[in-house]
Amino acid sequence: MFIIQEKLMEEIKIKVRTFLNRFFRKHELDDNDDIFALGFVNSLFAMQLVMFLEKEFGLRVENEDLDINNFRSIQAIADFVSSKQNGCYKG
Amino acid sequence: MKIELTKDQLDNQEAFHTFATEEIFPYAAKNDLEERTPPELIKKLADRGYLGSMIPKEYGGLGMDMITIGLLNEEVGRACSSIRGLLTVHGMVALAILRWGTNEQREKWLPKMASGEVIGAFGLTEPNVGSDAKSVETTAVCEDGKYILNGRKKWTTMGQVADIFLIFAKCEDKATAFIVERTRPGFSTNPITGLIGCRASMIAELFMEKCSIPEANIVGKIGTGLSHVALNSLDYGRYTVAWGCVGLGHACLEESLEYSRKRKQFGAPLRQNQLIQQLITEMVVDIKAARLLCLNAGYLKDVGDPDSIMETWNAKYFASKMVNKVSNDAVQIHGANGCSREYPVERYYRDARINEIIEGTTQMHEVLIATHAFRNTKV
Repeated sequence: MFIIQEKLMEEIKIKVRTFLNRFFRKHELDDNDDIFALGFVNSLFAMQLVMFLEKEFGLRVENEDLDINNFRSIQAIADFVSSKQNGCYKG
Repeated sequence: MKIELTKDQLDNQEAFHTFATEEIFPYAAKNDLEERTPPELIKKLADRGYLGSMIPKEYGGLGMDMITIGLLNEEVGRACSSIRGLLTVHGMVALAILRWGTNEQREKWLPKMASGEVIGAFGLTEPNVGSDAKSVETTAVCEDGKYILNGRKKWTTMGQVADIFLIFAKCEDKATAFIVERTRPGFSTNPITGLIGCRASMIAELFMEKCSIPEANIVGKIGTGLSHVALNSLDYGRYTVAWGCVGLGHACLEESLEYSRKRKQFGAPLRQNQLIQQLITEMVVDIKAARLLCLNAGYLKDVGDPDSIMETWNAKYFASKMVNKVSNDAVQIHGANGCSREYPVERYYRDARINEIIEGTTQMHEVLIATHAFRNTKV
């Protein structure tokens, strides 16, 4: 069970990293890099990220999800996606 | 790859064309002259359900796909840019409530917006703030559980007639969106007239003086007003403006073709003049190119692709520049007649100008599109 969850988490991270690479072409992102602190994203990024997450993972980003800490790094985004998919997101 | 409208889309397109031709176009010149959109015309749009084109069926709207919404804005834009402006701003407010509003806000406002009982207007631009939207000077301060709004908005399309306004204000120094009803004490509007184009857009300045708004009227969260609410609405705004430009371009082309057939100079119709043929050719191809960009953006929106955002910037950029060239050439083909109110191309030329300013100026598009190209091109 634990191994399956780890595998799913890795799959989420790969998809998120692929998407983020559009914005960080010259920077190899680590799982815990703060993507906002790196300063590559522009004002449209938030909207693009929401659309990507909703399309790729079949979830809906709600008002209560709009906490910057949910989107700060690949790890944070993967945790957010995983918790939404498991229905255990606490907001 | 297949670029082809479905049967439903084709049927809707025909219905939009007939409606715009019979119910909007015949009155467009008069509305432009009087700088007013008659309530009867808004009611006709409402009766057809077009004010709810972008609102899901569960809220009483038509729940149209984005391509069909594009076709609607194209046909309405062909007949009158001001009425297309109504569809744009009303939809921007409805979609903000749909996407980021609470269940209570959706249930309260969307059925009324779909039926046309309530008209929405978008209040972002201010006397001192245009492109630099994050610098809005309108403020919202929390006092005893209410938010007190103070400030001014300017150039608000349909501001003279709208019932609710999506107002962007600085709250805790962060941009935040509020629904403000026209009836709120401390809220007032003043008509703005004498614009170069889109003169029937019922544009107004909005004033908020100690205007008290309940917390329940916040759309989204404090601080998400621009990043999520406004940008989502402006994306829809750019999309419908781009389609409106395609429609307006068509109108210029149709008038130019008809005039070139009838008008004789040097003993022959203008259409036989190869320099006129060049202008017509450029119109045809530029309009088609803009239309393909719009279709591409619409398709990406319908499948939820994040690339739809940039493709909408591209479509609006090209379409708004295109329609300025096309309308300029249409006036040129008409000669002195094109400078006269007796011919629609005079209005088209003035209306076209607005499109390079609203929903992001051409220059803001150039900054954003170029930045995106530098970032995303592997060289």
